[in-house]
Amino acid sequence: MFEGWPLLSLLVWLPIAGGLVLLAIGDRAPGAVRGLALATAVLTFLLSLPLWTQFQPAGGMQFVESVDWIPSFGVKYALGVDGIAMPLIILTTFCMILVVLAGWEVIQTKPAAYFASFLIMEGIMVGVFAALDAILFYVFWEAMLVPMFLIIGIWGGPNRIYATIKFFLYTFLGSVLMLVALVYLYNQAGSFAIADFYGLGLPHQTQVLIFLAFLAAFAVKVPMWPVHTWLPDAHVEAPTGGSVILAAIMLKIGAYGFLRFSLPITPEASMSLDWLLIAMSLIAVVYIGLVALVQQDMKKLIAYSSIAHMGFVTLGFFMIFRILVNSDSGALLAMQGGMVQMVSHGFVSAAMFLCVGVLYDRVHSRQIADYGGVINTMPKFAAFFVLFAMANAGLPGTSGFVGEFMVILAALKANFWYAVLAASTLIFGAAYTLWMVKRVVFGEVGNKHVAELQDLSGREFFILLVLALAVLGLGLYPAPLVEVMEPTLQQLLQVVTAGRAG
Amino acid sequence: MNPSIYLWIPLLPLIGALVAGLPGWFGFKLPRWVAHTATILGVGVACALSAVVFYQHYWGGAPVYNETVYTWAVTDGISFQVGFLVDRLTAMMMLVVTFVSLMVHVYTIGYMHDDPGYNRFFSYIALFTFSMLMLVMANNFMQLFFGWEAVGLVSYLLIGFWYTRPTAIFANLKAFLVNRVGDFGFVLGIAGVLMYFGSLDYAPVFEAAQSQADATITIPGLGTFSALTVICILLFVGAMGKSAQAPLHVWLPDSMEGPTPISALIHAATMVTAGIFMVARMSPLYELSDAALSFVLLVGAFTAFFMGLLGIVQNDIKRVIAYSTLSQLGYMVVALGVSAYAAGVFHLMTHAFFKALLFLGAGSVIIGMHHEQDISKMGGLRKYMPITHWTFLIGNLALIGTPFFAGFYSKDAIIEAVHASDRFGAGIAYWAVLSGVFVTALYSFRLYFLVFWGKERMDHHTREHLHESPAVVWLPLVALAVPSVIIGYLWAEPMLFGDFFSGMIHVAANNDVLARIGEHWHGPAAFALHGLITPTFWLAVAGVAVAWFLYMARPELPAVIRERAGVLYRILINKYGFDALYIQGFAGLGRLIGQLFWKVGDQGLIDGLLVNGSARTVGRISAGIRGLQSGYLYHYAFAMIIGLLILLTYFVGQWRGWFA
Repeated sequence: MFEGWPLLSLLVWLPIAGGLVLLAIGDRAPGAVRGLALATAVLTFLLSLPLWTQFQPAGGMQFVESVDWIPSFGVKYALGVDGIAMPLIILTTFCMILVVLAGWEVIQTKPAAYFASFLIMEGIMVGVFAALDAILFYVFWEAMLVPMFLIIGIWGGPNRIYATIKFFLYTFLGSVLMLVALVYLYNQAGSFAIADFYGLGLPHQTQVLIFLAFLAAFAVKVPMWPVHTWLPDAHVEAPTGGSVILAAIMLKIGAYGFLRFSLPITPEASMSLDWLLIAMSLIAVVYIGLVALVQQDMKKLIAYSSIAHMGFVTLGFFMIFRILVNSDSGALLAMQGGMVQMVSHGFVSAAMFLCVGVLYDRVHSRQIADYGGVINTMPKFAAFFVLFAMANAGLPGTSGFVGEFMVILAALKANFWYAVLAASTLIFGAAYTLWMVKRVVFGEVGNKHVAELQDLSGREFFILLVLALAVLGLGLYPAPLVEVMEPTLQQLLQVVTAGRAG
Repeated sequence: MNPSIYLWIPLLPLIGALVAGLPGWFGFKLPRWVAHTATILGVGVACALSAVVFYQHYWGGAPVYNETVYTWAVTDGISFQVGFLVDRLTAMMMLVVTFVSLMVHVYTIGYMHDDPGYNRFFSYIALFTFSMLMLVMANNFMQLFFGWEAVGLVSYLLIGFWYTRPTAIFANLKAFLVNRVGDFGFVLGIAGVLMYFGSLDYAPVFEAAQSQADATITIPGLGTFSALTVICILLFVGAMGKSAQAPLHVWLPDSMEGPTPISALIHAATMVTAGIFMVARMSPLYELSDAALSFVLLVGAFTAFFMGLLGIVQNDIKRVIAYSTLSQLGYMVVALGVSAYAAGVFHLMTHAFFKALLFLGAGSVIIGMHHEQDISKMGGLRKYMPITHWTFLIGNLALIGTPFFAGFYSKDAIIEAVHASDRFGAGIAYWAVLSGVFVTALYSFRLYFLVFWGKERMDHHTREHLHESPAVVWLPLVALAVPSVIIGYLWAEPMLFGDFFSGMIHVAANNDVLARIGEHWHGPAAFALHGLITPTFWLAVAGVAVAWFLYMARPELPAVIRERAGVLYRILINKYGFDALYIQGFAGLGRLIGQLFWKVGDQGLIDGLLVNGSARTVGRISAGIRGLQSGYLYHYAFAMIIGLLILLTYFVGQWRGWFA
């Protein structure tokens, strides 16, 4: 029934339009604002579902729309999705419903602007994933900073100014270099279509420069060690919804960039510099895992755990060259692992931050030491929290296991030690997550705040239940997701290996 | 036989678990009888069906069942499946698991009678049964790992069942993390299997095992090794975690913080034997690596002897049995190490019955003693709890290897097998398992005498209320006592020397120690009678005699010995210092490094030096430049004049060739 609909444009502009309407209504009618925000989010999600149901896994770019935008520079407004972008777009529209619900009663200051920021953000993020034109991508990429800057700056915690500036400068600095690289590529390819950048056969030195420029942009976004320090600060200061979007979607955009730009455009440089990316990824797993262990602040702990988990994504993407040297198979497995890990991390990190949000809304503290024995007063919440903690620790049967397992399996083909370091997450991941669970959830009632806690409201229960089902569903039956991504990743791998050979 | 029966066996306990557990999560208060009826029905039917499966596979000639239930994911040419492999090895495990689980379910009605977490407990143990069944029924490594971690999860939840107790929530975290160290090796082993065999399904892997016998793996920096040796050792590291082999044994004694029924079910009869089962299942791989088997053998021997010793100095009734479990698991591992897989699995089975019996008996004592677990405050209980006493005695006799009892056949077979083996390490292992017999008898009967005989050391109030436990508690004891007596006699011949495991457990001809012992096998009765004149039997008798002398005849002696052998006693009571090393050593070091990375790396170097440092540098430069923009016209005019002057000088100089 959606034949011929500009679905992707709708997904980009519907939430943005909704956001603008909310701004126009303003805070005069908070009830209407909330209702409209939820309606927009739900409608956007529903409209994103055909992307999944009508998707042809082997069909390359689909739902393509293209019109001239700045003809003199060959810039087009071109949108489309393949097996990599589509699941991430649906993840975005899915998470946004939860974010709107999570802010339902909690946000009392400027609710209209709050929900508007998120809806506009949603449209922009869909745009980033769907853009087929480099300039369009860049515009969305930069535009994304503004709502997030506002979300943290207005609804954030006490130290929000430092966090926003740090967040902004860090990410902006990286993306400026990316723009330079894109302009250079335009000069070579004669168009801004991303697909035209593939297979240019650029000389090695040039590739290295372009690769590094992309790296500056994407590594900050993921974030990879050592450009990760903005993330814990941003998370700590951000309101719950902001943290959810930041962790569940925005981090994925950096990793998405590696797949869309770095690997296919500069395959040779990716191969010659893969040691750097692998090292950064493995340091993220081990170093960050240990740093997470000693955090006192729950949000910081989850933020660090996010960095460690994203290390698996980049490890999966960049160890393919080492695998290809040793074996015919395994590279695809590694990339699949990275992709599944992205989607899974979207669910799990969103759930973890929402859980902390539930506690924060009641006690107004994120310090682990301010809790203890929460299970006594919030048994329903505790059950969810333990479930998501287990997913965070990569327990089989939850989504957290799937990607990590695939990456570890593939890593052994690259190098024994990669696998050993990657597998250390089994220990570190469990240690920092479950130690937090022990101190927050279990034990005697820790203090009078804990004693007065109210268990989950129906709204909160619903949000966490939906996420729990997603986490378990993906963990027990990842085949549908894997199937959708397989042909696209296969094709990408071909582009990369062809470029590497030539 | 209809194959859907295989699916129903694990599903029924799962359904029971959901019925008992989910309403609570959603905030409905489910009546208790619904929770225990649903789970007992689920597990009971699963047990009955397992019996049918066992019957069909042993007597009915049912073919080996190896089918996919559903495809989990397909990528990169690898198909990840959830599927079942049911042969006689699986069928035996299914029957043991569901039977012990059923007994524990019934027992729990009595044991957890007053506990507010009654429904939650039933939900967990049914969920455990499901997980354990998925583990033993797996036909591939991934599902094995699923079950492996799922039983670990339930174990975590159950050890921490009384979540307000600090010791319980410490113990469950410790158990999970130590197991994760094992799983770390396990998952690498699985990755190795995939790398060398291109599949995670058992059948193709075992079929191709021989072709990879000479494959090598290069570990950069360490050298090149036999791939199968590395894979087998890594897989065994997983078994060391789950089956609590030294040095990953530390979690098991602490797991006694959980309610007693799960100590019997999870931490004695089933979950901790998963490692034994796994190695037996992987015998086609292990048979190709003598080095890996020697490693297995030595780890098992160390555990069997040294962990048994610790049982002698413990005063907590459950901890004594826990150390006994460690030691017995060591025996099973030793059997695997000398390629006597069948003996290991056979001991697994007999042990499941008599150790579950001992734990449930201990639980019955604990109920009687109003949750007192210190055996120095017990004594003389046989008069008050006759059924518990007799069944406990049967369990103990089976444990120490009294001829004709279940444990005798399995343990003697292991000792004989080690004796007959010429594998590297078998000599030392033989002495370990042989002296272990004495140690086993000593701690078992120390426990028995201190609890059931001698002076009644409990307080007046407790003695007043001492009585036999209710029928739901003692019936399972009796039901477990029966197999503890007869099962060895009945099954020793087919399982050890017959063809029970043929086609499932693979032993290379020149490794087959059981076949060598089998040449002297003249039936179970003759074996038992012969047992009376072996050193093994007399070592056990000596152990009992020493226990009798120290705790019955001269009860003042142990204190004197403790005094005299102070150093030795301290070593034992500190459990050889493993805990201190792990908690202060590894865990402390991990936190220290974490702090270091965080404070020095993240906050000092990256943030302090690079991020804020560059921000400060920019700030400083701009502060300097800002000074120039004073806003006074004469400053600017003056600057212009100076600039003009410099430029003029430059151009004039160029023209006149001053700089040449």
